[in-house]
Amino acid sequence: MDKDTTTIAETAAETMTGAQMVIRALKDQGVTHIFGYPGGAVLPIYDALFAAEGIIHVLVRHEQGAAHAAEGYARSTGKPGVVLVTSGPGATNAVTGLTDALMDSIPLVVLTGQVPTHLIGTDAFQECDTVGITRPCTKNNWLVKDVNDLSRVLHEAFQIATTGRPGPVVVDIPKDVQFQKGNYIGPGSVHHRTYRPRTDPDLNAITRAVEMMAAAKRPVFYTGGGIINSGPEASKLLRELVDLTGFPITSTLMGLGAFPASRPEWLGMLGMHGTYEANNAMHDCDLMICLGARFDDRCTGRISAFSPGSKKIHLDIDASQINKIVRADLPIVADATKALREMIRIWKSRKLKADKPALTAWWQQIDTWRAKNSLAFRNSDTIIKPQYAIDRLYELTRDRDVYVTTEVGQHQMWAAQRFKFEQPNRWMTSGGLGTMGYGLPAAVGVQMAHPDALVIDIGGEASVQMTMQEMSTAIQYDLPIKIFILNNEYMGMVRQWQELLHGGRYSHSYSEALPDFVKLAEAYGCVGLRATKPSELDAGIREMINVKKPVLFDVRVDPAENCFPMIPSGAAHNEMILAAIDDGPAITEAGKMLV
Amino acid sequence: MHDTKVKQSDVVERHTLTVLVDNEAGVLARVVGLFSGRGYNIESLTVAEVDAMARTSRISIVTSGTPAVIEQIEAQLRRLVPVHKVTNWTSQKGGIEREMALIKVAGTGEKRVEALRMADAFRARPVDTTHTSFVFEITGAPSKIDSFIELMRPLGLVEVSRTGVAAISRGPEQM
Ligand SMILES: Cc1ncc(C[n+]2csc(CCOP(=O)(O)OP(=O)(O)O)c2C)c(N)n1
Ligand SMILES: [Mg+2]
Repeated sequence: MDKDTTTIAETAAETMTGAQMVIRALKDQGVTHIFGYPGGAVLPIYDALFAAEGIIHVLVRHEQGAAHAAEGYARSTGKPGVVLVTSGPGATNAVTGLTDALMDSIPLVVLTGQVPTHLIGTDAFQECDTVGITRPCTKNNWLVKDVNDLSRVLHEAFQIATTGRPGPVVVDIPKDVQFQKGNYIGPGSVHHRTYRPRTDPDLNAITRAVEMMAAAKRPVFYTGGGIINSGPEASKLLRELVDLTGFPITSTLMGLGAFPASRPEWLGMLGMHGTYEANNAMHDCDLMICLGARFDDRCTGRISAFSPGSKKIHLDIDASQINKIVRADLPIVADATKALREMIRIWKSRKLKADKPALTAWWQQIDTWRAKNSLAFRNSDTIIKPQYAIDRLYELTRDRDVYVTTEVGQHQMWAAQRFKFEQPNRWMTSGGLGTMGYGLPAAVGVQMAHPDALVIDIGGEASVQMTMQEMSTAIQYDLPIKIFILNNEYMGMVRQWQELLHGGRYSHSYSEALPDFVKLAEAYGCVGLRATKPSELDAGIREMINVKKPVLFDVRVDPAENCFPMIPSGAAHNEMILAAIDDGPAITEAGKMLV
Repeated sequence: MHDTKVKQSDVVERHTLTVLVDNEAGVLARVVGLFSGRGYNIESLTVAEVDAMARTSRISIVTSGTPAVIEQIEAQLRRLVPVHKVTNWTSQKGGIEREMALIKVAGTGEKRVEALRMADAFRARPVDTTHTSFVFEITGAPSKIDSFIELMRPLGLVEVSRTGVAAISRGPEQM
């Protein structure tokens, strides 16, 4: 048993109110931005915030927006996102964002107000069991009933949110505790009683891993969000490891940007809407090197047919991911940066070499899969194809400092397939939870952190309506976010599944009674643009970029387009549908025009 | 090499786990919520503070699942922030498991005599006696309690209260 039960060194405690402690702790943790919404149970904290300097509070329009904005902020900076909301509905509105952050391992510190301690359990006005409700959707949470525990808990909250496998935490603070005076302690004197995330790799395992890599005939790197979460250094080391080995590399949705999409080793994303070459390489490899990914069902396809002939190395900072879905032949529990550093060091010091002849044959095989051109689509000069819209958006913004967020649906998958990321932290999307309404508030958070960058939310007309009130936030804080809507007048991803699996019965998936998005944008004070023909697209994108205001661009795209390639549910990696290019001789090479 | 999927064995096993936790508010809900949220079984659960100075509580859980599920349960428990330590007594084979039960039996005549004789054989003690009933206290491995209950059934078993399993390691070492 761990004997280190030290909690607080009684050094230099200062006396202040609970509310003041909150502000002080945020400052001591280096917080510069918080996303919040006031209410009765957090008024003392808002009062302390009134006088505070050095912390920018972003007033959102819905607490779900606060959580997603904080996620965007966190994912694009590597710093924790901080949220401040009131009790009851304030807390429950934040639950979707908490769950989203838990699924995608995003560090969030969410502070909720609570009714005063003597009213807890009485069904008081705006009381809810916040710690009960958020227990399954946080990494940890606390109800602080004694003001003298508050600063310790706040510092522990930051430590737990940001270290190990990152995630959201909630600190629930009753109103009377916010008023009471107590002792404040700084972050340096807090040592958690039980929490010791393991980050150093076992060097024997690393040595075995590089030996397996040197012996591999058909290797593939399968990387995930863990590389991004580990910090930019991990992405650099990953590039170096690919340089050293020459192995092909694919990634999950969450891992995009860790490896440059322009490099020849890049196979594109894997999974349900991944490329033909990525999925077939996963299926046929003899060594899978999984780095910071968790064998999610969207990535693996039918598990009983998953990569049947391969040995698997699984690196994860969270031991519970090992053997959860797929048994690892070689598990490594460690932080990705540290593990990659050791892999490179040992690969070099032992003068290991990849099996060149085998690798050449493997690449030849991969090239035949690549030649299928699985992302090809049939373009049109009368109707805007959603793929074409993404391609033009990418081409016209690629020389800029771009951050992309998305909503959830077909547009998200097209963006993941076609937008080419060269750097980590540039791609913010809701992967694990698949939360429609994520992208717009996330863009607010990203733009707050990167005022001069070009921040684009690639959205669908249905998703965007879930959180579009945050346009008002964008106006208030002069955040020139770009909301690029692929408006297909359908919940396109739902429509696609209904077409493929439910006999084309489009039950409640038509986006009826759509608002006039241009007028809506204007009503908020944003700029509204629309394109209905391919010929209008480039000019619209240029104008969107050049306007120094929030812009909503309503791009009217083909309502019937489906997202391919696709592993149908229950199928294996080598059973992809390539419908868009497989439907016979009607499609000529010219018809498959790629931009 | 073909069998790399987690489901290696479909045999459901019963395992006894001990979880040493910080005795903070909500910690039991965290552990129990993990089981219900991820669809794991709880066959029995006991919890009590074991060290007031160190503020630790000990939770003993009897659960069942395939070996892969049991491995996941242990890993998921270790991930909870207030957890100090998780031990699986079934796979370690170094533990002693005991349970206590109170068992009420009602009857007269030959059945009553037979119940008392059985209780004696099982070292179950009557802790409440009337002309028509007994309450027996019995301690032992869960399987011993199971058999005792089965024997009492035809003799007038009324109700059973079981504590769930407590477990500890053999020898001088701490868990
Ligand atoms: C909050 C939420 N509700 C429901 C869903 C299920 N869902 C997934 S995609 C989708 C349709 C999205 O439509 P749209 O935003 O127009 O995107 P498109 O697929 O048309 O590009 C729906 C309803 C979800 N992911 N999130
Ligand atoms: Mg749509």
